[in-house]
Amino acid sequence: MNLKNLTNAARGVFLWVDDRLHLTKLYESTAGHHVPQSSGSWFYVFGSATLLCFMIQLATGIMLAMVYVPSAAEAYTTLEYLTFQQHLGWFLRGVHYWGSNFMVGIMLLHMTQVFLFGAYKYPREITWISGIVLMVLTLGLAFTGQVMRFDEDAYWGLGIGVAIMGRVPFLGEHLVNMMLGGPIIASETLSRFFALHVFVLPGGILALVSIHLRMVLTKGINEYPQPGMLVRRETYDKEYAAILKKEGVPFFPKAISKDLVAASIVIFGIVACACFFGPKGPLGPPNPIQIDTLPRPDFFFLWIFAIAALMPDWMETAVLLGGPAVIGLVLFALPFFNGTGEKSWRRRPVAVMTVILTYVSLGLLTYLGHTSPWSPDMNAWKTAHTPKQFLVGRAPLELQGSVVIQSMQCRNCHAIDGIGGQRGPDLADVGARLTKDQLVRQVIQGGGNMPAYGKNLSPDQVDAVVAYMVSLRSAGVPAARDSSQPGLPPME
Amino acid sequence: MNEDPQTTCACQDAPKKTSRRDFLLAAGFGLNAIAGAMIGLPLIGYLLTPFFKKNKLARIPLGPVENFPEGKTRFASYKNPMHREWDGQTADIPCWVRRIKGNEFQVFAINCTHLGCPVRWFEESKLFMCPCHGGAFYEDGSHAAGPPPRGLYTYEVKVENGELFIMGGVIPNLSNQTA
Repeated sequence: MNLKNLTNAARGVFLWVDDRLHLTKLYESTAGHHVPQSSGSWFYVFGSATLLCFMIQLATGIMLAMVYVPSAAEAYTTLEYLTFQQHLGWFLRGVHYWGSNFMVGIMLLHMTQVFLFGAYKYPREITWISGIVLMVLTLGLAFTGQVMRFDEDAYWGLGIGVAIMGRVPFLGEHLVNMMLGGPIIASETLSRFFALHVFVLPGGILALVSIHLRMVLTKGINEYPQPGMLVRRETYDKEYAAILKKEGVPFFPKAISKDLVAASIVIFGIVACACFFGPKGPLGPPNPIQIDTLPRPDFFFLWIFAIAALMPDWMETAVLLGGPAVIGLVLFALPFFNGTGEKSWRRRPVAVMTVILTYVSLGLLTYLGHTSPWSPDMNAWKTAHTPKQFLVGRAPLELQGSVVIQSMQCRNCHAIDGIGGQRGPDLADVGARLTKDQLVRQVIQGGGNMPAYGKNLSPDQVDAVVAYMVSLRSAGVPAARDSSQPGLPPME
Repeated sequence: MNEDPQTTCACQDAPKKTSRRDFLLAAGFGLNAIAGAMIGLPLIGYLLTPFFKKNKLARIPLGPVENFPEGKTRFASYKNPMHREWDGQTADIPCWVRRIKGNEFQVFAINCTHLGCPVRWFEESKLFMCPCHGGAFYEDGSHAAGPPPRGLYTYEVKVENGELFIMGGVIPNLSNQTA
């Protein structure tokens, strides 16, 4: 009796609250909106996981901003304080850093899934386009975040930004000033990147996410595509309504379970990375005079770093400036030139090939950017030793040559048997590849990405270097020779 | 009985009322456009200041010429002429000074012409090398190897009363090649 009264009272209170706040209606039009049962799939968890990463970034970012000082003079000190002294500061920095990696990575997976499942097609064009803008904003957050970690990489990373902006015809100088807040990297630069990183870009993401999610509510989540089910502008809306009628379930609580599991996996992942690997840096202080540095971008931009090294020189400006514009245009236009027809990836070989090609290219370029074999090893001439088998039994002139090779920084670019810089060819078998004449010419005139050493080596030094290089070949392999040389042994 | 007099009024004077509303609406839009411009224009102006600001180079002393031996290339640094108190270490800008002979100098910007990384001088091979993408430059700053599109950026140099001056204050790039 008493319990029944209590239940009735509670029910009354709930109904009153619901009547005033319209909670049931809110639920029905948002979390409880109907989705096709088929969309409750493991493939559909990446969108919510990206949003989760963003929430983690917001929370940790606000915490970090309570301690961080965005001043060129103080930022580095406060970063060190955050990392080594502030209670749990290392953890928050770690979660924020790994959260950004996860966010970029999961966002890419989300985009790939949407592309392969044809979800960008009619009538979800704006969902796709708002997603593209979200991707640009997210990459913007990643780049500006790298500047927030105001260390040597941040400083020279800005220098790279200047060099790219400076290539814009006519407006270059103005754009550089706009980016830096002046003609040189200084306090204004950090302050404006801070404003972008904590106000402008997150604000933009919040606005775009609300559009993105609203589109999911109004135009519905993509049904799990079946091969042969073609999208037609005339019939699709009716077909989708029929699917919802037949197998529609409320997103919460019927279709959310896999999103929840994925969310916990993402959080476990971020926290585990933060704990095991910790935050990145800060590396050396942002001191421009400290030029003994090896500037590298963060993980997500290594592929651009690699492209900048591997492209032919003549196309560099066109690719650096035009590349993003072309990619952006294609992505924006995609739902308009490919807005109908087959959705299932099983019948879209071009889409599958595009994804494979993109991932293989990005993966290879990232790997190359990580190893960066094109960078000279600036200290190799002092630290890379010459393996014993390349010294034993050599004549004095040849040994003299090996010393010249070492002291003239040749080893910064040339390895011997894998030891030393990787920019030029390994010299371990150079004697079998190039004749004496070719070696003399190469050393004196350079070419093929090698400076000419004619002015910097005396004739005696050239003789010694070439004599040594002729001797560099595997046992039993003869020195390279050309047909013009007299005294060729008879053909066997 | 208690009929709302305004409802009847509105029905009778419909055209007049509407035009007053229209006027108020137009006035509301107009006034807010002006108010918006009063806040918006200064805001845009503030934001675009660096975009339109003309870069001016300043005369910067690098020290007495005796500090730089003839035929050698030496590391030097100077304070950014526009530096602020809160610039910290970023106010110090490095450069390479090559004294050819007598008062003949070349001063190179530290930034590689490819993507702006700091080039390092190697006395033995008389080369500048870049740690990023392997650009290399000769002693006189000309392009030796790698992806850079041109030789090193050089500062305008003056020697007065035995002291070396450069004109600087801008991070050099392909749009602004005066260092």
